[in-house]
Amino acid sequence: MSLQDELKAQIVKRLPELDVVIGWGQGYDSLHRTPLFITSEADVDKLVFDPLCVHNLSTYLTRYGSAKRIGVVVKGCDSRSVVELLQEKLIHRDKVMVFGLPCEGVADLGKVKRALAAKDLDMGRVRAASFADGDLVVTVSGQEIRLPMAEVQADKCGRCRYHNAVIHDEFAGQPITEAAPDTYADVAAFEEQTLEERMEFWREQMERCVRCYACRNACPLCVCRDYCIGQSREPNWVSQRDGLEEKFFFQMIHATHLAGRCTECGECERACPVDIPLLLLKRKLGKEILELFDYRAGTDPDAKPPLLNFKVQEDTINERGW
Amino acid sequence: MDKELRIVGFLCNWCSYGGADTAGVGRFVQPTDLRIIRMPCSGRIDPLFVLKTLIGGADGVLVSGCHPRDCHYAEGNYYARRRLEVLKRFLPIIGIDPGRFEYTWVSASEGQRWQHVVTSFTNQIHALGPVQRIGRQSLAKACSLGTVLEPLA
Repeated sequence: MSLQDELKAQIVKRLPELDVVIGWGQGYDSLHRTPLFITSEADVDKLVFDPLCVHNLSTYLTRYGSAKRIGVVVKGCDSRSVVELLQEKLIHRDKVMVFGLPCEGVADLGKVKRALAAKDLDMGRVRAASFADGDLVVTVSGQEIRLPMAEVQADKCGRCRYHNAVIHDEFAGQPITEAAPDTYADVAAFEEQTLEERMEFWREQMERCVRCYACRNACPLCVCRDYCIGQSREPNWVSQRDGLEEKFFFQMIHATHLAGRCTECGECERACPVDIPLLLLKRKLGKEILELFDYRAGTDPDAKPPLLNFKVQEDTINERGW
Repeated sequence: MDKELRIVGFLCNWCSYGGADTAGVGRFVQPTDLRIIRMPCSGRIDPLFVLKTLIGGADGVLVSGCHPRDCHYAEGNYYARRRLEVLKRFLPIIGIDPGRFEYTWVSASEGQRWQHVVTSFTNQIHALGPVQRIGRQSLAKACSLGTVLEPLA
């Protein structure tokens, strides 16, 4: 039985106890998957799981209130968001059923687009997509193109420590045993630049920002919704001017509000329509919090988050006495 | 000393603000670059206050509260210490020198220590010079590109 069939069988078995199960379905073309909300057995057939299922579906968990019983299908990285939501008591364990999956990595459609563009092909003309021997095989403009997954895989998957769902009620398939160490090499490489170059980098990137807030809406831990201080008049943190300072400061709000909570699922960066590398800001905070407090968000539902905790004598904070 | 820079200080009401007052009453000579904002507690200081100040063009930000174990609200400064340390380590990624932001502890009786903190922090900021702003340089760049054009009437 394939992983996908096993998952479908598990959902069929559990569906009577649940109001809705959130999974992935076929999107508007062969390269896109879209969130699928399963309420009846007939919907289960529409379920798909493959490396094109990029969305972190735990984003939807906080939108149902506490009355509904929800099932959610998660990959390893998505499951950490579920843990983090449980830890913050934003969802209740007995109202959520987690269908865990092992995941070998998902595709980055930005990379697919660039790889096809390098061959003078247009991603919008892809007519079929499948996976064979670790390659993404696409049919585009009458040609069959093989793209090795190693080249079109999302960056976060190359350094993934949690391939298997860390929390689950049902687990389909075989757990993946190997895990890559995450050394935060990308952050270190970025920081080899001078301070001026770094700010110039953000200037160039943020120039493209259209303030669509897709980064915030895709984020599973941005739960303020209509009360987001990035859009409120009172307090008025960010004005409606479309200057770089406003655009950039919104990202500061997003990053600092995720300090010690962000599980680095990369949804902000994936959802960004203009490809701003937003995850870098969150990775930097994640790196410093790991160094200071030896803490990774979304791994233990009973842990106390480091920024809501303290020690009278901190072991790692060297107060530079003046 | 060269041209005055803009330094913003967030001081807790109970210790550091009193300490700054003590320094004033004692007529200790201090640099005048610092503008003080009084806060109820260092635990009230949202890291966004500091980021907004720095991105908005302040050349330096100083946060000062009660010494650990001496917080008026028992533990506000312990939470502040963790948050502010994370913030200080975060600043380099956005191209702001972490030396532009410091946090320290000054009690209400430590007028002399306050003078020392202000003097050394001001010197540190003057060594770094004016802050680079994300919005302004691009404006300058746009203006320099537009020099061939006639300005709008």
